[in-house]
Formats: sequence, structure tokens, C-alpha cells
Amino acid sequence: MTLSVNLQAVAYLVSAVLFILALKGLTHPASARRGNLYGMLGMLIAVVATLMGDQVQSYGFIIVGMTLGAIIGVIVALRIQMTAMPQLVAALHSFVGMAAVMVAIGTFLTKRGAGELNALLMGEISAGVVIGAITFTGSVIAFGKLQGLLSGSPVKFKGQHLLNALLGIATLALAVHFAMTGSLISLTLMTLLAFTLGVTLIIPIGGADMPVIISMLNSYSGWAAAATGFTLHNNLLIIVGALVGCSGAILSYIMCKAMNRSILNVVFGGFGSDSGGAESAGAVAAEKGVKSAAVEDAVYWMEDANRVIIIPGYGMAVAQAQHALKELMELLEARGVEVKFGIHPVAGRMPGHMNVLLAEADIPYDRVLEMDEINPDFPSTDVVLVVGANDVVNPAAKDDKTSPIYGMPILEAGRARQVYFLKRSMRPGYSGVDNLLFYQENTSLVFGDAKDTIEGMNSALKGGGH
Amino acid sequence: MPEALDPSLVALYVFVLACFIGYWVVWGVTPSLHTPLVALTNAISGIVLVGALLVAGDPDAGLFTQIIGFIAVLLASINVFGGFLVTHRMLSMFKKKK
Repeated sequence: MTLSVNLQAVAYLVSAVLFILALKGLTHPASARRGNLYGMLGMLIAVVATLMGDQVQSYGFIIVGMTLGAIIGVIVALRIQMTAMPQLVAALHSFVGMAAVMVAIGTFLTKRGAGELNALLMGEISAGVVIGAITFTGSVIAFGKLQGLLSGSPVKFKGQHLLNALLGIATLALAVHFAMTGSLISLTLMTLLAFTLGVTLIIPIGGADMPVIISMLNSYSGWAAAATGFTLHNNLLIIVGALVGCSGAILSYIMCKAMNRSILNVVFGGFGSDSGGAESAGAVAAEKGVKSAAVEDAVYWMEDANRVIIIPGYGMAVAQAQHALKELMELLEARGVEVKFGIHPVAGRMPGHMNVLLAEADIPYDRVLEMDEINPDFPSTDVVLVVGANDVVNPAAKDDKTSPIYGMPILEAGRARQVYFLKRSMRPGYSGVDNLLFYQENTSLVFGDAKDTIEGMNSALKGGGH
Repeated sequence: MPEALDPSLVALYVFVLACFIGYWVVWGVTPSLHTPLVALTNAISGIVLVGALLVAGDPDAGLFTQIIGFIAVLLASINVFGGFLVTHRMLSMFKKKK
């Protein structure tokens, strides 16, 4: 039995509505899982409707491809560590990009065989190829940076912007030529240039801006799907592509706003680097006039506190300290201390990264608050524990007009009675800016691996107080 | 007979209106679920699978084209299965206090 074109379109409409409901489900953690199920159902309907249409005549390649894809996808999804989520997402974005390139080129070959080519169609094919190719190589570079295969520091050289502009113009010119003539050479050159452009666009962006890169590539992968939809005159692909494209664009905007930077500044900026050696922590601390404290000092203040706020950053993910933090939360709560977590929008390597890690450690989501929700609480908080975060609590962003991070909204940790920084060394944050909070009267630094330090606190608390 | 509307123009209508829906729906997503949002949008952008099926399932297109389609099916399927499953795994972790 085959579906008529009209019935197929109805099925696609149902599936598009399900995808919209899927995103809508993420409005609240309680409805989110149902949302994801809507998404799966939408995908199932779309795939079945496509397979039952009369355009699909042979199933051999499809069965093998989907089976292999399912096996690989399931294994990866089950085994991936939550800390490695940014890498996984980057890798998956690259697959969407590459698939879009393949579909566009495949459609060109199919239509050429059938003699159905025209300038508009070839223009749409060009869009699919170019956006898909940029998404692919851009995501591969992002993956390399996140996985530590490539240096996280921005790659900058003279004439970089000029080179990108020239590559962009050349790609566009080839796309126009291809659309007018259908030349296979133009198509090939255009594809290669777009692959190059994906690399040169992403390498100048520094490791600190990873949340923006991830969001941008998320957006590109959506636009790539939409372009494929235009090529195939398939409204479902267009709708889904637009939804995903918008989603990524909004996330990019939110991330930039949280750093008080424009998207252009991020894309061209080359801000921040991973460089800077680990200096001897204690010595530098003394020299710079900061207080360092022992684990016991922090425990002494925390166990008698009314309220403790914990601010996690990427350092928590690196140290895998989230499970130890959960135990610390329980030990403190057992003593009647109120414990909350405060999350800055750009903490971690992708939007919402910290929330997932805390959720993984079984920390209830109603204890985890966003920046605007928790900022009013700091003045009435006894102890703030900063775990592997830095720039997001730096008062220079508020007070120092000359600071590169001036104007960035921060978690106002410094307004609490006591601040304890868990730090590995005196290295500055990704922005390379010195943190003024270190020198504040009420701040102390506890040096060491975050996980070891917190486990030390936990055993001190279990040890029965002072 | 009046002039027929170009199908590409209809596609443009759909695209622009879908952008508006996306804009409003995504602004409603709670910031604590931004990572699952990226993972879920990633899974549903695996919808290019539909395009891949059309290329891979057309025997008239020749073996080379079908192989290109096969690679696209493989990549898009990894996205679909991996993306939805990992989103499910993440969302299962978000719990309220017992």
C-alpha cells in the first residue's frame, strides 16, 4: 500500500505539530519527558509516511543505513558521560550538516537524471550544500576543541577577516554560477570552499565562548535542514529547520547577553585562551594578598550557617565534583542549613550544562536557581562556596569600567558574609581577568582539587563537629 | 485561469511562519533545560532523514546517488536515535525533592 501525496502531507502536518509540542514540553521539567516522547512520535510518523510514499521504491540501503545508525546512536547515547555532553552535541551537529550536504547533492543528481533541474532549484541546492558544509566542518572543529584534540585558544592571524570575506564571496559566486549553469565543477568547488569556511569561521573563537559556538552550530544545523526542505519542497523539513534554527539563534543571543557581548564580538573576537601555566598556588596567593583557608575553616562556618549557596562552574565538571556536592548538601541539610545552588547562564561549556550535571547527581531541580532568582538572596546568605567558577562572580564586571568583562551580569557572591573559593591554582578565569573578589575582606581561597576538597568537608562534617 | 502560486513561495510562507512559532515556543523554555533543548532540537533536526530516505530509496538515480543517500541515512539515523535517547536520559535525571 502506498500513501498518496495528500495523505503524506497530512501525516507530515501531524508530525510538525508534535515537534512543536515537544519543544513546548521543555517549558517545565515536569512536562519535559512527555515533550520528548511527542518528538519521538513525530519522527516515527514522518519516517513511516515517507517510507510509504511512492517516491521510495527500494529499501535495501535504507534498512541497512537505519539499522546501523540506530545501533551506533543507541550505544553512544547510553554510554556518554554527562560531562561530555557538549562534545556529543557538537558531533551530532556535524552529522546533520553532512547529511544535509549529501541530501542536497543526491537530490541534484536525481533531478539531473530526470531532467527536472532549474535555476531556482539549483539555488536551493546550493543553500543546502553551503549551510550544511559550514555546519559540518565548524562542528568538527568545535568537537576537537571540546575533546581537547585541538587547542582551546583562539587561532588568529593577520588578514583573517579578509580571508573569510573572500571565501564567502567566492562561495556565493560559485553558487550563482552553479544555479545558472548546473556546472558540476562549480558545485564541487563551492562545496570545498564551504567546508573551508566552516573551519576558518570557528577557529578564531576561543574556548571560553564554547556555549555560544554550540548554540550557533545548533542554529546552523536547523537552517541546513530548512534549506534541504526548500530543495525537496518538503514543508515538514522547512518547519523543523525553522524551529531548530530559531532555537539555536535564541540560545546564542541569551549566551551573548549573559556575557554582555554582541554576537559579532564573539564571532570575530577571539576572546580568552586556555593558556597560562599553573603557578605555585600558595606562593602567588600570599604575594597578591589573598587569604587561603583550610577545609576545616570553611566547614566551621558552614555547619552553623542558616543559608549556604553553592556556585558551580566548569571546574566542577572537570573535577567530577557534583556527586560530592550532593553529599555535602545532604550533610548540611541534616544540620538544618538551607542549601541552594546558583547558576550563571554561561557556566560550563554549553547552555544549561551545570543543571544537567547537578541533576545527574540527584540534586533536586528546585534547589537550583538561575542568576536573577538567586541574586537577591546573597546579602542574607552566610556562606557562598564557589566550586570551579571564576569570571561569573567577579565584581570587576560591575565596578571596574576598564575591565574587559565590565557590564557582564554576575552572581553577586561577594555580598554574602563569607565566600570560599575552591581553586586549583591562582590562574585567572577564561577571560584572563584577575578576580577582584579574591582580595575582598570576606573571601578565602581553599586550594586543591575540588572533589578532594569537598570530600574532605564531608568527612569533617561526618566526624561530629567541633 | 488565474496564475498559479509558485510552490517555492508557499514554502517561504511556511518557513517564515514557522520561525515565529519557534521564536515564541523557545523563549518559553526554562533555562535549566537548555542542554536538553539543544539535544532535543538536535534530535529533531535529524528530520533530514526524510530527505535522505528519498535519495536512498530511488533506484532510478543510479548506484552512486543511492550510496550518497545511504551515507545520509546512516548519519541522520545516528542523530535521531542518539539524540532522542540522550535527551530522555537527561530529562529522567531532573527530579523534584522526594
